[in-house]
Amino acid sequence: MTKAKTLYEKIWDAHVVDQRADGTALIYIDRHLVHEVTSPQAFEGLRKAGRKVRRPDLTLAVPDHNLPTTARLDAAGNKVPIADPQSAAQLEALEANAPAFGIKYIGASDAEQGIVHVIGPEQGFTLPGTTLVCGDSHTAAHGALGALAFGIGTSEVEHVLATQTLQLSRSKSMEIRVEGLLGPGISPKDLILHIIGVIGTAGGTGHVIEYRGEVFEQMSIEGRLTVSNMSIEGGARAGLIAPDDKTFAYLKGRPMAPRGADWDTAVAYWKTLPTDDGAEFDKTITINAADIAPTVTWGTSPEDVVPVTGHVPAPESFPDASKQDAARKSLDYMGLTSGQAMGDIAVENIFIGSCTNSRIEDLRAAAKVLEGRKTADGVKWAIVVPGSGLVKAQAEAEGLDAIFKASGFEWREPGCSACLGMNPDKVPPGERCASTSNRNFVGRQGPGARTHLMSPAMAAAAAVTGKLTDVRELIGVN
Amino acid sequence: MNPVRKVEGRAFPFGQKNVDTDVIISAEWLKTISREGLGEGAFESVRAKDGNVFDDPEYAGASVLIAGDNFGCGSSREHAAWALDDMGIKAIIAPSFSDIFSSNAFKNGLLAIALPQEAIDRLMEVAKTDPITIDMESMSVTTPFQDRFTFEMDPFRQQCLMDGLDEIDLTMAKSDAIEAHENRVDSAQAWHKPVAA
Repeated sequence: MTKAKTLYEKIWDAHVVDQRADGTALIYIDRHLVHEVTSPQAFEGLRKAGRKVRRPDLTLAVPDHNLPTTARLDAAGNKVPIADPQSAAQLEALEANAPAFGIKYIGASDAEQGIVHVIGPEQGFTLPGTTLVCGDSHTAAHGALGALAFGIGTSEVEHVLATQTLQLSRSKSMEIRVEGLLGPGISPKDLILHIIGVIGTAGGTGHVIEYRGEVFEQMSIEGRLTVSNMSIEGGARAGLIAPDDKTFAYLKGRPMAPRGADWDTAVAYWKTLPTDDGAEFDKTITINAADIAPTVTWGTSPEDVVPVTGHVPAPESFPDASKQDAARKSLDYMGLTSGQAMGDIAVENIFIGSCTNSRIEDLRAAAKVLEGRKTADGVKWAIVVPGSGLVKAQAEAEGLDAIFKASGFEWREPGCSACLGMNPDKVPPGERCASTSNRNFVGRQGPGARTHLMSPAMAAAAAVTGKLTDVRELIGVN
Repeated sequence: MNPVRKVEGRAFPFGQKNVDTDVIISAEWLKTISREGLGEGAFESVRAKDGNVFDDPEYAGASVLIAGDNFGCGSSREHAAWALDDMGIKAIIAPSFSDIFSSNAFKNGLLAIALPQEAIDRLMEVAKTDPITIDMESMSVTTPFQDRFTFEMDPFRQQCLMDGLDEIDLTMAKSDAIEAHENRVDSAQAWHKPVAA
């Protein structure tokens, strides 16, 4: 009998091109997503060395980080110029580099444009059992479909473009086993924020996480993408969820997914991927789903989480001196006082979007809370940024845009937007933002901006009341 | 890549834990299409405060950075490694590093050296007054006070750093193996190829 293997081991073993004696291996990369921010220096490197892209057919380029989320075309159908000259130059570089190296490019005003991590699954570019990389740490998202997916730096982007491989050492495996199901009104975002609170931002360093338990089997692909996306916030380079019938149903018929007989062979193979009974993980963490309330962050690290029903913690409540010091600095930056009820924290800005939470289900969840309601007076800026043009079109077909607009939200074009403060969508200094994004680092949403991470429904609830709010009170769940 | 065999110099006793990539270089600086000039933006939010270690004349020209656990967590931006390099840093010593940062550092000939917290505490003390030496041959960090801490690094990385090897060249030498893998997949798993939309 062969040794029982984890999903991670199966994918790894199927991609070893060359095994070195020291345990590292040359791993074949099946899919490479490219965006404007982490690629210009890589293309420049190829040019200088006179190298080509080995497999342009396995590479897909799209702009997202820098792109303003306002209209891309004017009334006459002409491209709206990008005001920031540096952003414009970076976007132009990708637009020129992709065709120059034979790579398929989805342009800013194309119907399919969107955030790399939204369009990969949406186009069927991301497939179970493949290896997928992108010069962006949230590439972990694609693990939701059972792909081994992780973020890489620009030198590695260049390495993959030139060789379609990466020199890697095998990660350790970590099982996050969730017992039970989420309560009513609790979302996948609450679950992953809670998990990061338990393991900490370095808890998964050196590991690939596999999320296991009935809660994931019942979860939609959109929800799984939210969970796997934030694996990197727990320090893990990649997250994985076993592919199942939901995964296959999601992928079937997607533009770049296999068809006909190839589809059948693929599904038969994908069914062999889930972790074998008896396979061993290097580490197992057990989480009880029933313990999870709507979860928000209070500090400047994604591990700084608390139930919305809780209070801002006291720095002295942390065991070690350096964490106490970090908590003091966080509270100072966030303008919060220990003991303050989370539900009393007023917010001026609402951001619904990012590769974590900008898919159709996220927009549906937020719209459900906002229907028939208005944003509170204290809310100065509220935006919804769909993850892709296709998500936007779907939401419009369902009338969600009308709900958002009627409640006082701006309805934007797809992109990374206010997740990372490198395009015009920024949170002003000293102001708070209820944000569905993934990082609450100092200055992440703009210099001096104060971020509270939460789910789309929770961000919508905060928009309605003007303060952090337990969404269960608004949707009749107790 | 230039070979790195020894780094010797003063060190910034920074010491902070969980230094994220947005602190090392904020997103506003990522719009560049070059690798150069990012030192100016390094640790911008830290440097905005008076009395910060980076603007202390005592440490002017320091080539080593000493930090706490989980250095470089967060984004995959290699700009963080480029910014450190551009500000003159040749090595970072910390109890642990994020996976992506340590890989990015390595690709740029920047040493990411992991030592236990007790060693970090001692080096933080020494850094206030004296230089630190890192030797790649013996894989050790030493001080003028006879302290000697040895570190580990996978032999492949050590060799690449010491010889300044170009990793893409090394991999391209294996193109036969890469092609063999591609042929294997093409024949057994035709579904693997994305359908050209």
